[in-house]
Amino acid sequence: MALVELRDVTKIYRLGGEEIRALDGVTLDIHAGDFISIIGPSGSGKSTLMHILGCLDSPTGGTICLDGTMIHDATPRQLAQIRNRQIGFVFQFFNLLPKFNVLQNVELPMLYSGTPGRERHERAMEALKQVGLQDRSKHRPSQLSGGQQQRVAIARALVNNPKIIFADEPTGNLDSHTGERILELFHTLSQQGRTIILVTHDPEIAAVTPRRIEIRDGKIADKIDEKLAGLDRPIARQVGAGGGLPQAS
Amino acid sequence: MNLLNAILIGFKEIQAHKFRSVLTMLGIILGVSSLVAMSALVKGMEVGATEALVAIGGLQKFRIEPQAVPIEQRHLRDQAVGLKLQDVWALSHNAYLITNISPEMQIPRPTISANGKNSRPWICAGAWPVVLEMYEHEIAHGRMFNQLDDEMARSVCVIGTTLRDELFGSPEETGEEIVPLGETININGQAFTIIGMFKHYESEQERREREWAAAQPRELRTGPTRNRGRGGQRGNFVFRLKNNSVYVPLNTARLKLLSGTAGTEPTLTSIEVQLVDVTRMNQAIQQVRNVMMSTHKGIEDFQFRTQEEWAENINTFIRNARLSGGTIAAISLLVGGIGIMNIMLASISGRIREIGIRKAVGATTSDVFIQILIESVVVAILGGLVGLLASWGLVQVIGQISPTENEPIITATALAIAFSFSVIVGILAGLLPAVKAARLHPIGALRYE
Repeated sequence: MALVELRDVTKIYRLGGEEIRALDGVTLDIHAGDFISIIGPSGSGKSTLMHILGCLDSPTGGTICLDGTMIHDATPRQLAQIRNRQIGFVFQFFNLLPKFNVLQNVELPMLYSGTPGRERHERAMEALKQVGLQDRSKHRPSQLSGGQQQRVAIARALVNNPKIIFADEPTGNLDSHTGERILELFHTLSQQGRTIILVTHDPEIAAVTPRRIEIRDGKIADKIDEKLAGLDRPIARQVGAGGGLPQAS
Repeated sequence: MNLLNAILIGFKEIQAHKFRSVLTMLGIILGVSSLVAMSALVKGMEVGATEALVAIGGLQKFRIEPQAVPIEQRHLRDQAVGLKLQDVWALSHNAYLITNISPEMQIPRPTISANGKNSRPWICAGAWPVVLEMYEHEIAHGRMFNQLDDEMARSVCVIGTTLRDELFGSPEETGEEIVPLGETININGQAFTIIGMFKHYESEQERREREWAAAQPRELRTGPTRNRGRGGQRGNFVFRLKNNSVYVPLNTARLKLLSGTAGTEPTLTSIEVQLVDVTRMNQAIQQVRNVMMSTHKGIEDFQFRTQEEWAENINTFIRNARLSGGTIAAISLLVGGIGIMNIMLASISGRIREIGIRKAVGATTSDVFIQILIESVVVAILGGLVGLLASWGLVQVIGQISPTENEPIITATALAIAFSFSVIVGILAGLLPAVKAARLHPIGALRYE
């Protein structure tokens, strides 16, 4: 059974009297260990898809099953718990709390899962070690570079050992070199067996992932736009050949 | 998220915005301290009034005073006799609900001179020796005049300490206590011998102040001194009244000081009556009235004045003081609460993104609600604690400048009430911002710029 099963998911926004179909009958399976990029032009609905997958939002119609739990009709409290325990988020603008130091930022999800203080500290330090920032634990986010801040955000996403990590344009706010580092980090995490979903419109990033899903006008496109997905780039062939993971359906 | 964490986050918020938090707390600080200071002032007044009530002889007595003949008896006006000693005899024989009865004859416009100095006491009266019990007087030096002095109309008097201070010098000025027993003083031109002096009456606070002043080294004063008008006028009215009294035997007063009335039966200025039992006040008054109506041939040229009215006045005054002070304090607490709510609402608008992040990593609606509420309560509690400290300072300041003679007393109850009010205000002020924050949608909050 797939880790996430979407069946005919729709999301309709109402602005004034106008209906906007952000998602229109999306059916999708995500398996444990997948490293997927969701691509598509801006306004195509890829962010909406990520929000719904990430339990930040509820669909208007259709069913979603996350690891055996039906989440399309879950209460806000259940959604919060799922976000807390099963899902990690990495955002374009890092979204760290400026008044807290790095360690406290990484500990934040565990505050809401009721983890005892000592364990919180240990696990946060471990997550920081994974992203290579264990010696910056007492710094404020403002004292770190953009790449370092994004690593802290990744550590925060990892710390509760989630089933899926969502990253929304994780390199969008970084220079290309730093962005590559971050992508390498995601790649490493993927090889450790974690399920990672990247949302991007950057072909370079899409080229890294073995599986790509293109959203167009709220629907999953039948045929991947090769240029958008970065398939014409050498790095893609390299990863695709080596990983042997299933390609976009 | 557990409570301790929420409280820590609350403290962190306060720390991060020190100035804003202090301004926010200021309202609560003022509210709490004015509430405590107000109650301390009222409590001080209450204690002072109770002290005075005990000093004057308690509630267990009333006074018979002459009164103009009521309008329906105007035609009998020339037959009204006024308060006479025969009333006193009749009452002491017939009204069994009273234990003590003390006739008094005030000397009009008394001027007492001795040592080349003059003094005008507030009370200068002819009385029976029982006056001592009636007004809770205590002889500190010498003796009270007795029945024999009264019958013989001896020219003796018992004085209060104020007269001694004014005619012979006070202990503060001379450095030693002068006891003018055996000295001769002139009351309205008639010579009297001092045979006794009352003790110095003062409230607890005055006593402490005096002892403190006595312990200080005396500063050497040279040159002329000037009376600043208010000087020496401190102290509770009742104690000043008792200190400023002079008593002579009733017969002496009649024969020597009110000689215009000699030969006829003397008219008394008042009769003070002490009861067996304070709970039977109304019966006793009725009894006394019955007796007096028969001795006065049905002409009601007398009235009764009880201390209950006074006690009632004290209670009313204290209740009013409490009410007005409480209202002011409540308003300032309310203003403080609105201040908190205002600041919390503003701070939430500045923290929408933070709330979005918290929700994205798994904070539930109630987590956010509790966090904001606790921040508000932490501000209120800190403000309350500082307010309790400030109230102590405020009470000291008020104690220095206030015209009342009663030292404000801070009670534990007042502290507890003020503090719990500040907590309640914090909770109420936090509710609306907390609901607002908790209702934010995670995506909208995350995208908020």
